[in-house]
Amino acid sequence: MIDKLTLYMSFPYVRYALIVGVFIALSSSLLGVTLVLKRFSYIGDGLSHVAFGAMAVASVLKIANQELLILPVTVLCAIVLLRTGQRAMIKGDAAIAMLSVGSLAFGYILMNVFSASANVSGDVCSTLFGSASILTLTKDEVVLCAVLSAVVVVMFILLYNKIFAVTFDENFSRATGVRADVYNLMIAIMIALIIVISMNLVGSLLISALVIFPAISAMRLFNSFRGVTIFSAVLSVVCAFAGMIISILTGTPVGSTIVVTDVLAFAIISGIGAIKGGA
Amino acid sequence: MALISIKDLALGYDRMTVADGINFEVNEGDYLCIVGENGSGKSTLMKTLLHLQAPISGSIEVGDGLKADEIGYLPQQTVVQRDFPASVWEIVLSGFQSHMGLRPFYTAEEKKIALENMAHMGISEFKKRSYRELSGGQQQRVLLARALCATRKVLLLDEPVSGLDPKVTAEMYELIKELNDSGITIIMISHDIQAAVRYASHILHIGKEVYFGTKEEYVNSEEGRFFLRNGGDLA
Ligand SMILES: Nc1ncnc2c1ncn2[C@@H]1O[C@H](COP(=O)(O)OP(=O)(O)OP(=O)(O)O)[C@@H](O)[C@H]1O
Ligand SMILES: [Mg+2]
Repeated sequence: MIDKLTLYMSFPYVRYALIVGVFIALSSSLLGVTLVLKRFSYIGDGLSHVAFGAMAVASVLKIANQELLILPVTVLCAIVLLRTGQRAMIKGDAAIAMLSVGSLAFGYILMNVFSASANVSGDVCSTLFGSASILTLTKDEVVLCAVLSAVVVVMFILLYNKIFAVTFDENFSRATGVRADVYNLMIAIMIALIIVISMNLVGSLLISALVIFPAISAMRLFNSFRGVTIFSAVLSVVCAFAGMIISILTGTPVGSTIVVTDVLAFAIISGIGAIKGGA
Repeated sequence: MALISIKDLALGYDRMTVADGINFEVNEGDYLCIVGENGSGKSTLMKTLLHLQAPISGSIEVGDGLKADEIGYLPQQTVVQRDFPASVWEIVLSGFQSHMGLRPFYTAEEKKIALENMAHMGISEFKKRSYRELSGGQQQRVLLARALCATRKVLLLDEPVSGLDPKVTAEMYELIKELNDSGITIIMISHDIQAAVRYASHILHIGKEVYFGTKEEYVNSEEGRFFLRNGGDLA
């Protein structure tokens, strides 16, 4: 087994994949707490389906660099959803449902009708659940992923205190003259970026898990925003790394393996939290 | 010119009026208490003053020199906050956000003032504690310390003593009185008419009849006498 691992490690694309995976896991975990607490998790879910639709369009149009289409479309939808969501909660939920289910159906039809590939359901499956292996990433994609993740991480660090203030108490922030809508917009843009980045790793259906599980695990153990943020980042990276290694060794699909690792970590941490809380 | 002057204000949601015909003035150093029954629109009035809610009609004029970032606010508690992972220190510091513009981190000076405000509120020992584990009274003090970081000028308090025991309530009123004595203008919503009459300089009563005047005028007015006779229990 160790031999197999060292053999794989000697291939540069395996190392690329691991590096990208770690980058993605890190950036995707950062906004988890905010998403859960601001009831934005549903938006994240809806957006990932939008990203799926955009990806289908991109592959039908045979655009070489699909991110160039997916990224602006997802960011735009993030802004639209945030605006509708602010006006009335119920209308917002309906808008998200319409957009996400609509783009899923639209994307699937496009891929079926126009796809030149012989294996349509295989293509669809990998868009939804992540490539069977991220080992197929090209060097360009690796660089793009790394750059976008770095953008998300830097944005998050610079906006960290503002994100905390706006998430903890939006009314107080707005009442005292903080530009809460601007920071909400930034959060939405970051969510869109994260979704586009993570699609390569876990596919559009599983993105929410990657974003949310580390955060709710961390919330079981830590009481400060900072503690939760740091722990969920570390946990996410560890789970992604472990998941990728397991998937390389056993041949299971990467995305699902990472998500299952996240779920297991959540179960273990909930147990620890219950013991700690009960004692 | 008055710090805040309200003329013919009507409040409500989606064109459904909750209260109207509201006229009052707040001057620097005033202690205004807003009283009225449940659902009479007190919180809505406060949200309207804070521009969280658009007025239906009427005007809110703000005297020169008072900007949004000079206002501190203690909201009526919400449930969502209660399971939020946040330490007392993180929350108190976040009061400075309004002065920060695009600056990402807090300065040493701000941290020093935050510590002073915490000491003033008697919550220094909770600095590293989780907000959700504190008692209601302790949580109110944390939010008040945060409001103090946001302003040295005007504080708006929405039922700061709801859910507090009589001893802590009395302490809270003393704290607010002290802040008022140190020059901070106070606008407070309260169900406790006795305390309102004791501490406030002005009283605004909203409901079917809107009444505004100094505390002395209110005590001698019909509305005031009626509510004081009923033990001041407006709820
Ligand atoms: N977001 C909202 N949308 C529509 N109506 C609302 C909303 N919030 C409050 N109301 C209604 O407006 C009226 C005034 O509510 P408000 O919260 O201002 O009362 P209040 O005087 O603060 O009462 P309390 O003493 O219980 O705090 C109530 O009838 C309430 O049902
Ligand atoms: Mg109220």
